[in-house]
This record gives sequence, C-alpha cells and structure tokens, in this order.
Amino acid sequence: MKSKKKIYSRIVIHLFFVLLCLTFFIPMLYVISISLSSDAEISRFGYRLFPNNITWDAYKYIFRNTRQLIDSYKVTAITSIFGGALSVLVMTMVAYPLSRENFHFKKSISFFIFFTMLFSGGLIPTYILNTQYLGLNNNVWIYILPGLASAWYIIIIRTFFQQLPSSLVESAKIDGASEITIFAKIVMPLSTPVVATVFLMVLLAKWNDWYTTLIYIRDSKLYTLQYMLQKILREVEFIRSVTSEMSMGMNISLDQEVPTEPVRFAMVIVAAGPTLVIFPFFQKYFTKGMTIGAVKG
Amino acid sequence: MRIGNLVQKKVKYGRQKSLFDKLKENKEFLILIMPAVLYFVIWHYLPMLGVVIAFKDYTYFGGILGSKWVGFDNFKFFFLSNDAWRITRNTVSYGALFIVVNAISASVVALLLFEIKNRMAIKVYQTIIILPNFLSWVVVGFVTYILFNPTLGVVNQLLSFVGIKEVDLYMEPKYWLFILTVTNTWKGLGMNTIIYYAALLGTNQELFEAADLDGANGLQKCWHISVPSLIPLMTILSILAVGNILRGDFGLFYQISRDVGALYPTTDVIDTYIYRGIRTGDMSVATAVGFFQSFVGFALVIATNKIVKKIEPSNSLF
Repeated sequence: MKSKKKIYSRIVIHLFFVLLCLTFFIPMLYVISISLSSDAEISRFGYRLFPNNITWDAYKYIFRNTRQLIDSYKVTAITSIFGGALSVLVMTMVAYPLSRENFHFKKSISFFIFFTMLFSGGLIPTYILNTQYLGLNNNVWIYILPGLASAWYIIIIRTFFQQLPSSLVESAKIDGASEITIFAKIVMPLSTPVVATVFLMVLLAKWNDWYTTLIYIRDSKLYTLQYMLQKILREVEFIRSVTSEMSMGMNISLDQEVPTEPVRFAMVIVAAGPTLVIFPFFQKYFTKGMTIGAVKG
Repeated sequence: MRIGNLVQKKVKYGRQKSLFDKLKENKEFLILIMPAVLYFVIWHYLPMLGVVIAFKDYTYFGGILGSKWVGFDNFKFFFLSNDAWRITRNTVSYGALFIVVNAISASVVALLLFEIKNRMAIKVYQTIIILPNFLSWVVVGFVTYILFNPTLGVVNQLLSFVGIKEVDLYMEPKYWLFILTVTNTWKGLGMNTIIYYAALLGTNQELFEAADLDGANGLQKCWHISVPSLIPLMTILSILAVGNILRGDFGLFYQISRDVGALYPTTDVIDTYIYRGIRTGDMSVATAVGFFQSFVGFALVIATNKIVKKIEPSNSLF
C-alpha cells in the first residue's frame, strides 16, 4: 500500500519534469522548423512546429554570403577568449594576496573591491568615460577592458585559494621562494578547477554580449554575434545587406527575394546553435561556480 | 617564568611597523594586485566621480567640468515628471516579483528534483532545464517573437483556432507583467534550481534517517528538514537581489518587449529609461536617475542586511 503511493508520486514527479523539459524543447523545435520552411508557407500558415515541405533555401542564402557572419564570429570568439583569459589572469593575481594572512592591506583592498558590488557610477558616467576620455568608442578593446574584473568572481577565486593547504605555501617559503613564484608555480597549477569555472563563466557572458555593441559600436565589422542576430530580427534591410552584398554594382537579381522569416531563424541556429551544443558540456563548472558564489557570498 | 614572559613580551611588541615597512614587506603582493586595482579605479571609481553630472546641465562641449551647475534641478525634473513614477513602480514591482517567484519556483523544483532517485534522470533533467541559461536575451526574444507575432505567431494561431480574435500583444501593455515574469523565470529556473539543489544535497543525512525512524512521511520530511535548510541560501540570495531591485535585467526588458513604445507603461524600467538618455543625448537627467538607482540600492542592501541581522544573524551578508 505504501509502495503504491510512492510509485504514484514518483510518476507524477517525473511527469512534471518531462513537461518542464518540453517547455524548453518545443521552442527549439519551432526555431528549427521555421528555418527549414519556405517564406510562402509561413505567410500562409504562420509559424508551425513541423514544416510541410522542408527547404534549405534560408541556409543556402546565409552561406552564399557569410562575410558578416564570419566577422561577428571572429570578433566574438577573439574578444571572448582573449578577454576571458586576461580577466582570469588579473583576477587570480588579485585574489592570491587577498587569501594570504600576511598581506597587510587585505582588509582595505577587500573592502575597496567589494564596495563596487554595492555602488556604481551608473551607465552615463561610464559611457562618457569610455567614449570621451578613453577613446574606446567603436573600438574592439571595449569588449575586453571594461569587464576585466568582477568582485563576485574574485571572491570565488579567493575562497578557493583559502582552502588550499597552507603547508604548501609554508614549505615553499622556507625554501626561499618569493610570493610571486609561489603564486605562479604552486598555487596556480593547483587551481585549475576554479580557473576553468571562472573562465567559462566570463566566456559565456562575453560570448552572449550584445549590450556593449549596442551602446558603443557603429562599425558592422565589430558586431558581436548576438548583436548581429538582434539586428536581423529587427531590420529587414539588414538582412538584405548581410545576404546580398554582391548585388552592389552588379546584376541585381530581383527574382531572388530575401526569404525574411526563415533566414532570421536560420541565423539563430547558425549563430547560437553551437553555443547551445558546446556549453552544456561544461555545465558542471557553471553550477559549481554559481553555488560557491552564492553560498560564500 | 614570569620574568621570562615579560622578556618575551617586550621582544614581541618591539618597534611598530611603519607604513613604508609594510609596503616593502608586501612588495610582491602589491605588484600582483596592481592590474586589478588599476582596473577598479578607472572603471568603477572614476565613474562614481562622474555622478556630479547629475547636478549639472551636461553638454558635450562643456564637458564634465565646464557644464553649468544646476543643483537638484535634474532630480526635480525627473521626480515631477510622469516617467518617474512609472519606471520606478515598474522596476520595483518586477524586482520584488522576480525575487519571490524565482525563489519559490527554484526551491519547489529543487525539492522535487531531490525526490528523484534515478541519477540518470536527474542529470538529463538538469541539463535540459539549464539550457536557456546559455541563451542570450536576443535568442529568447526570437522565441517570444515566435509566440507573439501578430500574424504568424503561435499564440494568435491558437486563439483563432478557438475562435477568439487575434491580438497584437506588442500593443497591449496589460499582459506584460505576466509575460515578462514567466519569461524571466523560464530562463533562470535551471540555474537557480541547481543552486538550491546543491544546498539540499548538503543537508545532514542523519536528519532524514532520524525522521524516518520517527515515522515521518515524505511531505513532513520535506517541510521540516529540506525547506529549513534552504532558508539561509534563500535569504542571502534575496538580500543581494533586494540591493539590485532597482536594476532590471536590461536584456529582458529591452529584447523581449522589443523596445516598443506602446508597451512602455508596463515594460519601461529604470535601466531602459537611462539607456534612452544616451540615445537622446539627455545625459544629465539620466545620470541623476542612475545615481538615484545606485544610492537607493546601496541603502536597501544595508537596511535589509540590518533587518536580517536582527532576525537571524548567521544569515546576514556582512
């Protein structure tokens, strides 16, 4: 009798999760389906879960002229990976002294950094600083410098460092090693878990960034992937310019109308698909990072 | 022995270290912290000085120093305008709503997940519900566009299928409190659930065994053991969230509502308002609003923390 009730509740719980998971699957199916439909079919029937006739026109259109796509992939990849690595370097460098007992200025520097989580100058002063005084307007470094360090991640890294056995550091000091050597040769090699976690989190944030482009960038060569995507959603003309650059000064073949709707969603698959496939593999790093951050606060 | 102690004491508290000595001793540490400190000074503390713009009539040609000082005029202008009430009300309402909905939904799902014993199932579910976390608001905006498109969207297809007139949701402000909340929960549920789930994994197993011995059923165990173990985490996350209550997630409000003016009554928040300040060039008022946002947020964190400290000191942030 008791086990019957248990089985019943188990089934209900699993059912709940299956339904929950469906709410994530079905939107994806729609996106894929729309990208494989023809413009005409969509105009007649609206967005459908399964296309009546599968056409690869939208994808053919995209891959016929990939310059903007490649530019955006390039910018996003380079700034994310390089920026992420630089960030991790700077943050681990500052977290190490903060984790050591014999750093005289530990308290004041900790407060100095932690305070930035509570109060900020706001968007406008930052914007003015970046554009008028630092010359970062329309400049690729805007993706790398302003987000360089974050108090949140520094706390996570410092917590990790503090949990390393102090005997390692002590014995190195007895051997006469300098603090920088200890940091580089002992602490960092042992810190691969936290470095990987923070790097991935920074990478994801930068990879999905469109806000920076929105505020600071005018040159389409410097668009991030997501910004390019949002422009495509909003501006039909942008689709035209992205997919038919060869029409400039040459025979404009007007019989090839831009299949707007499918192209938009095909672009989503091409631009965001890889992200969705690759990042879940590193899921455990994200959950670990968020958990430590939330618990240690 | 006493004299020995005295002697030892005297040696220990010898000369006080001067600042110069301390700097010398920590020279390597100081080298290590330099890049980060420089970064924070330039990109976090310098902009704080820019707050003076809120008290000036800023023009590009005057610059920060040259523009005219107007005292609290910008603040007055903002607070007396219709916008102030609208965006503050929206921001705070959404903020508070999100805190509550996120905390409850994530803990409920985490508790349910905790009941599942099949490890394969747990992994599969976790992986799937966390997927939206890796999407940007732009992509989520595409997804909601699929639903809400006035002519092609799924919602309207369903409506006309049941015979109800189609509606352009992008022109109807009243539905958006619901829409934005559901969307926000949809995107964040996976990550939040996993955080709460991790907390649940950390609860003392012996408590559950003792409860079993006492004959407690599943629901009782859940309410008396699992839920209390989530409270500290919920409190900390909520305190941090309260401090950010005046900061909406810009992506959510800008991308999902597609920045449609007709929806501003229910979708315009402080951050979207400030963003438009850059677009229109009206920087002074926007800076005043930003300052208002930071200042109140700061005060809220302090206040909330004080309250929590009174109730349950171990749950407070600092």
